[in-house]
Amino acid sequence: MRAFRGNPAGQSSGLGSYPVPQAVITASSLTKKYKDFVAVDGISFEVAPGESFGLLGPNGAGKSTTMRMVGAVSTRTSGDLSILGLDPNDHGPEIRSQLGVVPQQDNLDQELRVRDNLIVYGRYFGIPARQVARRADELLEFAQLTDRAKSRVDDLSGGMKRRLTIARALVNDPRILLLDEPTTGLDPQARHILWDRLFRLKEQGTTLVLTTHYMDEAEQLCDRIVVVDKGAIMAEGSPAALIKQYSTREVVEVRFGSDRNAQVATQLDGIGERSEVLPDRILIYSDNGEAALTRIVERGLSPMTSLVRRSSLEDVFLRLTGRSLIE
Amino acid sequence: MTTAVERDAIIAAGSKPRRWGSFYVAEHRIRSMRAYLQTLVVTSFGNPLVYLFGLGVGLARLVPTEIGHATYLEFVAPALLASAAVTVAAEECTYPVLMGFKWNPIFYAMNAAPISGTQIVNGLVLAVGVRMLPTVGIYFVFMLLFGAVPSALGVLGILIAVFTGMSVGLLIMAYTSTIVEDRGQMALIQRFGIMPMFLFSGTFFPITQLPVYLQWIGWISPLWHGTQLGRDASYGQSEPVWLIAVHIAYPLALGAFGWWSTARTVTRRLNA
Repeated sequence: MRAFRGNPAGQSSGLGSYPVPQAVITASSLTKKYKDFVAVDGISFEVAPGESFGLLGPNGAGKSTTMRMVGAVSTRTSGDLSILGLDPNDHGPEIRSQLGVVPQQDNLDQELRVRDNLIVYGRYFGIPARQVARRADELLEFAQLTDRAKSRVDDLSGGMKRRLTIARALVNDPRILLLDEPTTGLDPQARHILWDRLFRLKEQGTTLVLTTHYMDEAEQLCDRIVVVDKGAIMAEGSPAALIKQYSTREVVEVRFGSDRNAQVATQLDGIGERSEVLPDRILIYSDNGEAALTRIVERGLSPMTSLVRRSSLEDVFLRLTGRSLIE
Repeated sequence: MTTAVERDAIIAAGSKPRRWGSFYVAEHRIRSMRAYLQTLVVTSFGNPLVYLFGLGVGLARLVPTEIGHATYLEFVAPALLASAAVTVAAEECTYPVLMGFKWNPIFYAMNAAPISGTQIVNGLVLAVGVRMLPTVGIYFVFMLLFGAVPSALGVLGILIAVFTGMSVGLLIMAYTSTIVEDRGQMALIQRFGIMPMFLFSGTFFPITQLPVYLQWIGWISPLWHGTQLGRDASYGQSEPVWLIAVHIAYPLALGAFGWWSTARTVTRRLNA
């Protein structure tokens, strides 16, 4: 099977080989307003070719709106945006012909069979019928849907639909793949299958831009992320660097019962670098979790449950915004 | 930081969808129509049979007198032909448009590919035309078989019917493209738009039979203009040239407005 590559944009589009651009996406003070509501508030970022870049943030943070602007679909209110060196205001169709888009809500054509969905979509990029038929078969294999080629879309499971949507997004051999909440609503097994497929694309050098509110997804797939909240960027870096910068190596989670957590918290002063009191548990940030837990017990406090774990992006988000990612 | 060569290559790769996008959308729609091909074939053959028998042959016996040099069957046939086109328009310009935004939101998928809102509309319009043409053609063959077309020029009725159907369809599309929530508007279009238009557009009797205060419904109805044009071609009813010009210009203007308005609405909704 032919590899899916982000660069150069593949033999199929007939672009030949040319120098690798330094940044495939450049956003500067990118803003989107709907009347009085500011959905995206002047964000700036760059994405390098072959990079896997994530926008991490809670629902309503402006991630999807950003993706729609990057996808050359939604018109920006102000700021600058360049995709593959082109301005989406002037070259929307040209930019979109180089992108693969996996939207938050599947929008497969339910009136068509699985394979026909790929064929029809490939035609939108001007790919000749014979070539797109061959491509559809390759992609069905990649998405592990070969045996469902003639199924109705409605008869597919949620995970299969998602894989078909990803296969459809790859039909034009895109240089950049945009994934908006790719695994939301899927069961854990389906998520892992999907991550595996996306990871293969990443290994093959496709530029991935994805939004997620799942920290584990961001950690699995992204080389670099920006944490977004209320339309603005709070922090930027690799998952490991962000954790290092904004959290400790380990976290102790202790539960004393929902009505006692706040009261006990005062007795934990001095243990760990800092703590967060949540309604259901207390988080104590320390580079040595086991040692911190020992100190808690030494103070005569006996938590109902305790857990020592590595810090995650969830902790970074909590630190930056004072709120949890999934609310 | 893209080189000029690369920039040119990307722009070149996008030129094909820019030029042919509307046709790709039509291709997609026609492929979807295959799912209900059987129904299309049955109705295309069944409708003319039922209507020409029931109205043209059955009712014609009750209307023994000629209407402006034409038998009742000759009088009613061009109207039925135009109505058949309008029926296709009423089907293809309602639900498929609403579905594309809501229940089967493929318009968003098309627009995420290089296809623009205007191209989506153009493609839908093309596909409606492609569906209308054989439906009307088959209808016309039945008209010939029933002896309802006295003049050879009557064959123009096929084009006139498609023209009329598109005019109505584009107006319907201009409205359906604005619908965000389905609250039974489709049934309203059918009951208070299409049905009265059938009844008051001189389909079954000349609109001069109506009291003057109801005749305006005919005048503003593109179906009446199309029907009259069809009659002009089919049996040469004597109408002044200026009126024939109005029969062409009025549906044309409505259709053009509908097309422009639909493209504007669809683009605005997709690119918000």
